[in-house]
Amino acid sequence: MNRITKLFKESTNQEGLLNVYFTAGFPKLDDTLKVLTALQEGGADLVEIGMPYSDPVADGETIQKSNDQALENGMTVRILFDQLKDMRQTINVPVLLMGYVNPVLQYGIEDFCKKCAEVGVDGLILPDLPLDVYESEYKHIFDAHGILNIFLITPQTSEKRIRQIDEVGEGFIYTVSSASVTGSKSGVSGDMEAYFNRLNAMNLQNPRLIGFGIKDHATFKKASEYAAGAIIGSAFIRVLEQSNNLSEDIKNFVYQVKNVSQEEINA
Amino acid sequence: MMASVAEKNLYQVNSRGYYGTFGGAFIPEMLYPNVEELREHYLQIISDPSFQAEYNDLLRNYVGRPTPLYKANRLSEKYNTNIFLKREDLCHTGAHKVNNTIGQILLAKRLGKKRVVAETGAGQHGVATATVCALMNIECIVYMGELDIERQAPNVARMKMLGAEVRAATCGSKTLKDATNEAMRHWINNPVDTHYIIGSVVGPHPYPDMVARFQSIISEEMRWQLKEQTGKETPDYVVACVGGGSNAAGAFYHFLDEEQVKLVAVEAAGQGVHSGHSAATTALGKPGVLHGSRTILMQTEDGQVTEPYSISAGLDYPGIGPQHAYLFDSGRGTFLSATDDEAVQAAFELTRLEGIIPALESSHALAVLGKLGATPNETVILNLSGRGDKDMATYMKYID
Repeated sequence: MNRITKLFKESTNQEGLLNVYFTAGFPKLDDTLKVLTALQEGGADLVEIGMPYSDPVADGETIQKSNDQALENGMTVRILFDQLKDMRQTINVPVLLMGYVNPVLQYGIEDFCKKCAEVGVDGLILPDLPLDVYESEYKHIFDAHGILNIFLITPQTSEKRIRQIDEVGEGFIYTVSSASVTGSKSGVSGDMEAYFNRLNAMNLQNPRLIGFGIKDHATFKKASEYAAGAIIGSAFIRVLEQSNNLSEDIKNFVYQVKNVSQEEINA
Repeated sequence: MMASVAEKNLYQVNSRGYYGTFGGAFIPEMLYPNVEELREHYLQIISDPSFQAEYNDLLRNYVGRPTPLYKANRLSEKYNTNIFLKREDLCHTGAHKVNNTIGQILLAKRLGKKRVVAETGAGQHGVATATVCALMNIECIVYMGELDIERQAPNVARMKMLGAEVRAATCGSKTLKDATNEAMRHWINNPVDTHYIIGSVVGPHPYPDMVARFQSIISEEMRWQLKEQTGKETPDYVVACVGGGSNAAGAFYHFLDEEQVKLVAVEAAGQGVHSGHSAATTALGKPGVLHGSRTILMQTEDGQVTEPYSISAGLDYPGIGPQHAYLFDSGRGTFLSATDDEAVQAAFELTRLEGIIPALESSHALAVLGKLGATPNETVILNLSGRGDKDMATYMKYID
């Protein structure tokens, strides 16, 4: 069974599942595996690795700058697959790749999915790959390689379209908390609660993770009341930007978000 | 997916938003409702008689249409053929860009939008947008690359005088493509009350089609003006420069199905197509996705968008509109290119022969007149998309 599907199916975690995003090849080109490992050790339940892109329209300034830096470091899709080729010797958490569709098209969808399966990537998030194109042209390729495609919904997404996405999408639905790019707003407002409650009432077949505006334990906990868990991106990139000791700082960040006590860490 | 060969409008957008395999709406879900709202309403709004009346009135009395179709006698003599210039340089604000912004501002009003956002490279589309926003008393935000803000100070001042807020795009290469990204992000953050006025025939469906329709007035006028002046139904050549391709889309529009009319698109070769400093997209690019549509774009092997170069800021774009990609791919369009030097030389030639100082963009079209192979009996219409006032600083470097 796909690791993502298995996680949601078997998780007994009442506190909410934590998915953390980071940009591959950031802060340094060779940091990818180090960050991934520290996130697992800290207790992240899923990890989303961003493939840097020159024109990331759905992302706010923090993630854009990390993309620019990673590209300047020389990051490419090929190098990323090379960095991840032995990850499954040590990494057990589900791993997703998030990115924009053009680099994937240039690599070749078929080759890309094949490579994902080879290195042990479980799912993809490609915000600018439209639902209809995915369904008519690419879904059979994803399916053949066991790669899940994760779709986004926003407060503006109509109920009809949410149902379509729930039908076609697998793994989980990436629930964008507000009308925004990444990293621009934070917290959970009254409007959002109404939106989250509306989603709960829809009885969707896919679990949901809430993203955008999640930055610490309080926002993570709040979001997890309305969904299976939440996703942190920009706030984590800011930790990486400022860190002098990546492994320690990453683990501490995840502990804080999940509110793991010092005793539990020591144990 | 493709229309059958027998079908009319072979080169127009199909019901799914594609030109052949190009086009579509490759947008993040956050933009889906905005784009869907436009897609559902644009044809109905544009074809509404009250919209048409207001649009046509503004084009006539505000923009100054119809623009002349001028037989350039000395230029014709030089190239030993019959050359007509479509004088879009005489439009209010100095270029064809305003045809589109007038249409889109009327559309934005009918959609109940309170604010307009736009991207701009050289500032021509920014000025045309700020102009119509002033006219309609609508708030206007223009994103412009930080580098372009430095390079195009007069247009930044014009936009500010018109009441627009000019915001710098500070990420990536800090030029047009990054300004476009910022405008899209602004739209994502303000989905309900904002309309995004894209300046060219690029972006997700329905933008390429909508902008082409607003620019199609150019070829509509060409047809009756040519008939009136020469008795001919169609020219043998229509020549236009292509950055994103809005003036070319408008100039080609009513000739697309007339296969005897050669449609010539001219890209900017910069310092030379293979110099590493070029914007000749069809020569250097590959199919991919840029700014929401499947098209041809300049990119690295890894699929990162490449920063283009041209002396003309309006042609300095790494892609072309999806319809142009289809015209190129199908062979319906002929794609040529002109270097910086060839364009400047052509600008001086037109100025000295006809007393018209063209924009650097339009000068690229002028630069291929000698390469067309047009005979003394044939007719060429060249779309003179803009005037050269904005480019005087560049031209002055070449005087003496």
